[in-house]
Amino acid sequence: MDITLQQLVFYVVAILMSVFSVMTVTSGSILRSATYLLFVLFGTAAIYFILGYTFLGAVQLMVYAGGIVVLYVFSILLTNSDKSINQKICKSKLFAVLATVLIGAALVLFLIWTNGFALNAIPECSEIGLKEIGRDLIGMDKYQYVLPFEIVSVLLLACMIGGLLIARKR
Amino acid sequence: MEIHVVYYLIVSTIMLFAGIYGFFTRKNLLAVLISVELILNATNINFAVFNRYLFPDVFEGHFFALFGIGIAAAETAVAIAIIINIYRNIRNIQTDNIDEMKG
Repeated sequence: MDITLQQLVFYVVAILMSVFSVMTVTSGSILRSATYLLFVLFGTAAIYFILGYTFLGAVQLMVYAGGIVVLYVFSILLTNSDKSINQKICKSKLFAVLATVLIGAALVLFLIWTNGFALNAIPECSEIGLKEIGRDLIGMDKYQYVLPFEIVSVLLLACMIGGLLIARKR
Repeated sequence: MEIHVVYYLIVSTIMLFAGIYGFFTRKNLLAVLISVELILNATNINFAVFNRYLFPDVFEGHFFALFGIGIAAAETAVAIAIIINIYRNIRNIQTDNIDEMKG
C-alpha cells in the first residue's frame, strides 16, 4: 500500500493535533498549555489547507495564532496565574467528568464510524478564489452574505467599546 | 488525494471532548477559556469538512467557519477584559472565589 504525500501530511497533523489537544487540558503549567493550544491552532490551519480552503487557513493563522494566543499569553502574565493552576477538583467529581467525557467520546466515535460515509476522496473542484469569496461576502443574492458581514462588523465594534469600558481603570 | 472523511471527524471529536474535559476540570478562568477555544475550533473543522466532502459546489460551511472565527475572536477579547477586571478587584481568578458580584 503506497501513501501519497498528502495522506502522510494529514496523518502526521491529525496525530499531532490529537496529542496536543489532550496535553492542552492536562498540562500543569498554564503557559505551556497556551503553547500547546497554539500548536493545535496551527494544525487546524493545516487541515484547512489540505481541504483546499486556503483563505480560511490564512484567516485562522492570522486571527488565532497571531492575535488570540498573544492575548492569552499577555493576560496569563498579567494575572500571574501560573502558580494557581494546580488547584485540583475533588476525586469524585474528577471521576464523574472522566466517565462523562470517555462515554461521550466513545458514543460519538461509534456514531461516526457506523454512519457509513462512503466519501473517501476530496471532490475534484478547484479551490475558491479570493474574487469569488469577496463577491459572496458583499453580495445580496441567495447564498451571499452581506447581512452577516455587516452584523459581525457591528459586533466587533461593540466588543471593542465594551472591552475598553470593562478593562479601563476606575 | 484519498483521505476518508471519518478521519477528520475523529480528530475533531477528540478536540471537542478534550475541550469539554478541560472546561469541567480547570479552576483557572483563563484555562477554562483555552478549553472553550478548543471546542470552537472543533466545530469550525466540522463545518469546513462537511462542506468540502458533502456539498463541494456551495460554500456555506466555509463562510460559517469564517464568521465563527470572527465571533470567537470577539468573545475572547471581551472575556479577557472581564477576567483582567476580576483580577484587579479580588487579586485572583479562581472560579471558587468568584461568588459575589460588586457593582
